[in-house]
Amino acid sequence: MKEHIIPRKTYFIVWAALMSLMVLTAVLSRVNLGDWSTVIALGIAAIKALLVLLFFMHLRYEDYKLTAVVLFAGIFWMSILFVLSLTDYLTRGVTGTPGH
Amino acid sequence: MASSTEVVAQHSLQHHFKDMEQQRESSNLGMWLFLVTEIMFFGGLFTAYLIYRLLHPGAFEFGSEHMEFWLGTINTVILLCSSLTVALSVHAAQLGHTKVTAILLIITVLMGFGFLGIKAVEYHNHWVEGSFPGPFWHMDTSTLRGDDVNAAQLFFFIYFVMTGLHALHVIIGMVLLSFIAFFAWRGRYTREYHNPVHVSGLYWHFVDLVWIFLYPLLYLIAHKHA
Repeated sequence: MKEHIIPRKTYFIVWAALMSLMVLTAVLSRVNLGDWSTVIALGIAAIKALLVLLFFMHLRYEDYKLTAVVLFAGIFWMSILFVLSLTDYLTRGVTGTPGH
Repeated sequence: MASSTEVVAQHSLQHHFKDMEQQRESSNLGMWLFLVTEIMFFGGLFTAYLIYRLLHPGAFEFGSEHMEFWLGTINTVILLCSSLTVALSVHAAQLGHTKVTAILLIITVLMGFGFLGIKAVEYHNHWVEGSFPGPFWHMDTSTLRGDDVNAAQLFFFIYFVMTGLHALHVIIGMVLLSFIAFFAWRGRYTREYHNPVHVSGLYWHFVDLVWIFLYPLLYLIAHKHA
């Protein structure tokens, strides 16, 4: 498993994509999209993050699968943190509390 | 007789590794493991943001209206560009062009100074505006009702902690990259051995990743920007 060398051109294309997405999210923030504005902003952020992970951080060219497993585990555990916290806060007052 | 590259390779191979590839994969995996702990570290703060924004959406919109939209946007541009220079510096190291690596890393560190300078201007403006939570808080919250008056302070509390912790990571990254640039200039790294350049680059990209999420969550909530 030799180290993969990504062509320099790829880095510039990814950087251009990141800059375009940044302009897009900045412009969209000035448009009133209602409840969708945060969803779209986070969607764009997720695409940017994916570009950085796959190309700048070489994940796409990583032969060693354990690296991807480690990253997935981290993101998975963070999702548990988000989802289980939300199951508490979003259901308060919905189910009622025993003894109250 | 071993070729010169083999001699260099043998010289930079630690005795507990089988070969250069295993050594490279190990240092890479080690850095990723560390970055995952960092994800969890920032994850707690993102959870705090998520919960308080759900509870007090009005206060968060109020806070975001007082963010410096253009300064935040310029800082995003700086960090994205610095990620490119780091990626290119790793590329140069892979090709064995260590002087180029050093120069690109120094450019990255200079961009880090630019980022911190702009952040300092922002913090100063917030301080003058009275949006520093606690006894120094003197924002006009007359447009807010009920709990939102106090929750506006919570937004700024979360803002200062998250951006402050992020800025700390920028500083650590700058120190790290300065050392790597110094060693690269001195010719410590070769086409065969440049793990420190690569893993330090990963750290800088992670700092960029955190900002990619902080920028929309803090600066882009409100619709009317000054």
